[in-house]
Amino acid sequence: MKRREFLKVALSGLGLFASSAICSKTVFSSEIKAKTKEFFGVLVDTTRCIGCRTCEASCAESHSLPIPNIEDKSVFTKIRKPDEKTLTVVNRFLTEKGEIYVKIQCMHCNQPGCVAACLVKAMKKRKEGPVTWDENCMGCRYCMVSCPFDIPKFEYDEAFGRIMKCDMCYGRISSGKVPACVEVCPKEALTFGTRRDILNEAKKRIYQTPGLYVPYIYGENEVGGTAFLYISSYPFEKLNFQMDLGYTPYPEYTTGFLYSVPVILILWPAFLTGIHYLTKERKKEIER
Amino acid sequence: MRKEFESITIARNGLTLALSKLVLLTFYFIGFLVLLIKELKPKGKVLTAFNVITLPIILLGTYLIITHMFYGLSHGSNVSQDFPWGIFIGFNVMVGVPFAGGAYVLAFVVYILNAEKYHPILRATILNGFLAYVFYASAIFLDLGRKWNILNPIIGNEFGVNSVLFLVAWHFLLYMIAQFIEFSPAIAEWLELKRLRKILSSMTLGACVFGIALSTLHQSGLGALFMMAKNKLHPLWYTEFIPVLFFVSSIFAGLSCVIVEGTISKKVFRHRMSEEYLKNYDDIVIGLARGCAITLFVYFFLKVLIFIHGKSWVYISSPMGIWYLVEVLGFVLIPCLMFYYGQRDRRINLIRVAALVTMLGVIINRINYSMIAYKWYLPLSEKYIPTWQEIVITLTIVFTQLWIFRWVVNRMPVYGEVPEWAKEKELEEEEYQAELGFTMANGGQRYRDY
Repeated sequence: MKRREFLKVALSGLGLFASSAICSKTVFSSEIKAKTKEFFGVLVDTTRCIGCRTCEASCAESHSLPIPNIEDKSVFTKIRKPDEKTLTVVNRFLTEKGEIYVKIQCMHCNQPGCVAACLVKAMKKRKEGPVTWDENCMGCRYCMVSCPFDIPKFEYDEAFGRIMKCDMCYGRISSGKVPACVEVCPKEALTFGTRRDILNEAKKRIYQTPGLYVPYIYGENEVGGTAFLYISSYPFEKLNFQMDLGYTPYPEYTTGFLYSVPVILILWPAFLTGIHYLTKERKKEIER
Repeated sequence: MRKEFESITIARNGLTLALSKLVLLTFYFIGFLVLLIKELKPKGKVLTAFNVITLPIILLGTYLIITHMFYGLSHGSNVSQDFPWGIFIGFNVMVGVPFAGGAYVLAFVVYILNAEKYHPILRATILNGFLAYVFYASAIFLDLGRKWNILNPIIGNEFGVNSVLFLVAWHFLLYMIAQFIEFSPAIAEWLELKRLRKILSSMTLGACVFGIALSTLHQSGLGALFMMAKNKLHPLWYTEFIPVLFFVSSIFAGLSCVIVEGTISKKVFRHRMSEEYLKNYDDIVIGLARGCAITLFVYFFLKVLIFIHGKSWVYISSPMGIWYLVEVLGFVLIPCLMFYYGQRDRRINLIRVAALVTMLGVIINRINYSMIAYKWYLPLSEKYIPTWQEIVITLTIVFTQLWIFRWVVNRMPVYGEVPEWAKEKELEEEEYQAELGFTMANGGQRYRDY
């Protein structure tokens, strides 16, 4: 190999190394880590919920969305999902233990898939606990694909639609208030507090009232833990909860791939340039 | 006073210089536009079957694209809260990108392995790849719900560096630039810009090396997008090796596409092809078929390993399991054998059929990931089925790409031989570079002597 070729290879190698080092630093350091266990959450006690749907109405009101008619009980005939106009819904399940109502909304995962998915960081996990959405979103809807609970919804009818999902009333929380749904709940089925406190509260209720609850706190470990926790008197899998999500935080499914990126960016070019010069010399030998 | 005056004069001189350069550039630009307008006139017959079929579709599609852009995504489209990604991403991007994979595979074979045999088909493949990327990027643009924010991940209105999609977006952009550089000598030859061609062709190797690294990552990155859809994909399709599978399948998808494209081009652009190209064509196809057979077998082997490791026997008797078998046996193993026998017995037509089957298989595989195995548990009535408007727009994107491909092939040396001056320059360039390297190594000593 001639000297200039060596210099070329060496220089390009150095450049690539430097650039991938920068790359890798940003990739590794931006891993989403649950910084503290002290962020806020909501405990949903399904044994207390009476299906009055005032939470739905107050949620719609505080997010300037069409307010549902909560007198209408016909909505309970089928299982509903939150959508772009209703950020939280209450479903009814008829069981041998009577009617059980389950409120669903964004679970505000400790390490959310949607945040890891977003390429412009429009989805953010706030230090107070909520997962929120920002205006710099491109509308690629990768968050919708990545959410284990299938929560983010998009306003398809607008030329400049938004991703709509429960934001745990981020504005209210940061000014010291509790979320709108928690505030209006007449039966105290919803409890707002730091995640540690509500987790203790959930355990306390389970162990202090024997026989009332199934001994499981949904959201304690699901997908690495969520800010919304549920306790229930009836097995969760029969209340349409997803029990197969595992305890691995969703962003971890892509970290393996993301870690390979700087490795490939360093090794591949060096390897390719090496092969190029090897085969080139061989070609010249054959020509001679 | 005097100093001020001097500085003003210098500034004025600088300004005149800049202005004169600007004027010159404007002239070049106007010249280029005039040339372009002149060249826009079609060569060859206008009333061909291809034109008659595609032109109305393109016109209708353009109209639909414009309305689609102003009335929101739901306008004439079936994307829903359950299926956020429709045909534009599920077909145009997910299928188009592996089909364009021939460009990086052949760049690897020709520039890195120095296998000269495949040089004649390289330019057409790279052109195809480049156009595919440009048009599939436009498909992404159509699919964005907030289109005018498309530049945010590029200009840094927040970098989501831990997002797979962020990587894919950046690699898309960089790879398009790399491919343009790889193809640009042909443009320089067309415009007879000798000096520019020299500069551009000296950048080819760098662009190739960079392009191959980028391709590896974004071909597998497209698969990695589905890693977080763990509970939504059918377990037969979900594995932690999705990125590897996507990468390997992009190799045979790209090569099959090259074979099919070559077959059509040989009929349509025969008059533009050099003797060298036509003479070596069969040998090239057989070589490509060999590559396809090997990579298809590797892919099949990976699939079997993943199947056994995942203990997936339980799913195989369900309808989704049978569909899985159709994909893996019918569209991976069978074309693999067809390619093998095709290249062994030099049966070009068998190879062509195998290439078509492989391409169909890749389409099925990618559509499985984005539509069929995705949320497989929903009843058919809630599944995503594209509207006719979406299909017309999809076809418009593909046909426009073919039109531009034809336009370029009819003008630039894509299949044909490079002009004589470019060949001579290639030799000269090596000498020139050798001299430059020598001079640099001696700290410019040689020129000081003169």
